[in-house]
Amino acid sequence: MEIIAKDTLAQRIVRLVVKTPAIAAKARPGHFVVVRLDDRAERIPLTIADFNREKGTITLIIQEVGKSTALINKMTVGDRFADILGPLGTPYPIEKIGTVVGVAGGLGAAPLYPKVKALYEAGNKVITILGAQRQELLILADELKAMSHQLLISTDDGSLGHKGFVTDLLRQVLHQEKVDEVIAIGPVVMMEACCKITRELNVKTVVSLNAVMVDGTGMCGGCRVTVGGTSKFCCVDGPSFDGLAVDFTELRQRQRYYSAQEKAAYQAYQEHGTEGCRCLAK
Amino acid sequence: MSRQMMPKQDPFHRSQNFSEVALGYTKEQAVMEAARCLNCKKPFCVDGCPVEVNIPAFISRIKTGDFRGALLQIKEKNSLPAICGRVCPQESQCEERCVLGKKGDPVAIGALERFVADQATASGNESFPEISRNGFKAAVIGAGPAGLTAAADLALQGFDVTIFESLHSPGGVLQYGIPQFRLPKEIVAREVDYIQNLGVKLNTSVLVGQTITVQELFDSGFDAVFIGTGAGLPYFLEIPGENYNGVYSANEFLTRVNLMKAYRFPEYDTPVRIGSRVAVVGAGNVAMDAARTSLRLGAQEVYIVYRRSAAEMPARHEEIENAKEEGIIFKLLTNPTRIIGNDQGEVAALECIEMELGEPDASGRRRPVTIPGSEFQFPVDNVIVAIGQGPNPVLLRSTKGLNLNKHGYIQADPETLATNIPGVYAGGDIVTGAATVIAAMGAGKKAARQMVEYCKRKVV
Repeated sequence: MEIIAKDTLAQRIVRLVVKTPAIAAKARPGHFVVVRLDDRAERIPLTIADFNREKGTITLIIQEVGKSTALINKMTVGDRFADILGPLGTPYPIEKIGTVVGVAGGLGAAPLYPKVKALYEAGNKVITILGAQRQELLILADELKAMSHQLLISTDDGSLGHKGFVTDLLRQVLHQEKVDEVIAIGPVVMMEACCKITRELNVKTVVSLNAVMVDGTGMCGGCRVTVGGTSKFCCVDGPSFDGLAVDFTELRQRQRYYSAQEKAAYQAYQEHGTEGCRCLAK
Repeated sequence: MSRQMMPKQDPFHRSQNFSEVALGYTKEQAVMEAARCLNCKKPFCVDGCPVEVNIPAFISRIKTGDFRGALLQIKEKNSLPAICGRVCPQESQCEERCVLGKKGDPVAIGALERFVADQATASGNESFPEISRNGFKAAVIGAGPAGLTAAADLALQGFDVTIFESLHSPGGVLQYGIPQFRLPKEIVAREVDYIQNLGVKLNTSVLVGQTITVQELFDSGFDAVFIGTGAGLPYFLEIPGENYNGVYSANEFLTRVNLMKAYRFPEYDTPVRIGSRVAVVGAGNVAMDAARTSLRLGAQEVYIVYRRSAAEMPARHEEIENAKEEGIIFKLLTNPTRIIGNDQGEVAALECIEMELGEPDASGRRRPVTIPGSEFQFPVDNVIVAIGQGPNPVLLRSTKGLNLNKHGYIQADPETLATNIPGVYAGGDIVTGAATVIAAMGAGKKAARQMVEYCKRKVV
């Protein structure tokens, strides 16, 4: 559970390599872990962005979006998490399916990478589309390029690659190639937009959902998502789901349920640090 | 002499704090209550105890003021007395069989057990028996009541025991489910400490089935395995609107508050949101816990919504009384039909239909039937679903060849708790479906005894 390497991938996005041999031994693409920083911390689900069984390590990529992620991003080599539970979830099945297009928006590159890597190594033709708001926010471009036959990049401001959205590139690729499967991972609005395109063209699409969780083991049901009209638990049934069947509106609403609390905690942390923040409770 | 009443926090104050409701006997009260015990030649009370505590013997020690002796007497059979003294349904077990109960009030066995356990810790009077190791290794999956009991009993028999627990803190339902005001977590920690002091190793944040499999446990040198993973999969109502924000399973709600300490947010980082009006669906102990917790988080109106009548409510009488005293409103013979949301996707109201009781069903209880046209709505901010739990499939689906029953629980021999896989035993809610803490402890004890026999046979 010790951090053995850390680097910064972009502003507010860090990559941690963590020694945890038992989890590394079982990790497969699509798995995630639940980490807890210290005794008062939340349980936070994080995708396993890479793993190395020989070295007994897993890679976690964390974007600072609130107090907990801010604290994790301040950790340094030698620091330890209070606990890491995993691997959790149902792995994404790796098979030879033909041509696969991976689409990642922002931090979505982290969960996409292990899938793309395994699909590439399994002999699929892999085309990866990576997008972010601007060039400095693109992550894992080199890693994805090494595991793709083709890497296409888009930025909202045109600072690198196509000026516009990943969906523009996805539409292009789907019109040029016969694609067997699309994997789209990123913000809900991006996954929904990708599915809108693939639905028109009837292409199988897998998405990876980041619902609000507590235990991550199927015990609380807080991560309910509606897929194909039935309620599923993101933690054990997912996090990979058939994107064409996901109720994205509901997911978006459910992700927002604690946003006021999250914002207040983050603000208090930024103004007063951890102790000040916790003093507010009294 | 009449039964000593245990002092409690008054209902108004306690409904606004998370401190323990029942305050425990004083020494004088305990001695007076113990004096009521007739020390029967044939103690029927013992027959009512799933873990076979020698009740008259421990009570006799209280009579003479030998509280430490009383504790040792209990601990011969029960490693979790401070917990059992608080959450066991004594009224339907030991106390139900007490001969004094025929004409008046039975001896307050639960209150005395609690007193003895609390007394010893208060005076630092814990002691640990000498154990000689027998060379066998046992793995216990799940640190809930069944697993903790099995682990303690195996350790006392000389086993090298390791508990694997998926959450970051041990206790299972004692930790995530039962609230602080009914079972303080310091007490759970203390009794788990005792078990660790018997030599039991505790491995938290390991999800057997994902991190390691049962087969791999055997491969790594364990001689026998006990599965006590509980009934952790929350059931939902399967009615429209159940995924609106503000609908919680009781598991999620209680886990946030108890395990993650959301009632102390932002001092602790996990939030919970409870509005001013809360409907809790169900009338078991978990429902009472969820309702009373909602009040303590600041809800103004908290309803128990239950489709049967008062007589069928499965919660302990004591917990129902506590809930009523605190102002929980009971809407009985009422069944939810739909949850209505606002444009933000948050709960706005609960639609229910009125019920009446018909003929008895398979459970022997009169079946509730709907009264056509009686639908009504009332505004609520939260709906907490407390209608029971099923078996969590994570371990089960990874354990190849393990026989399950038609409800998805583990099939274990009722006498030996052996599963169809040699060396694998199972007990508690994962075998029976959701039941009580003490029933699970009884199963842990029974399984431990069989695991000892199994390992001895293996050597011969």
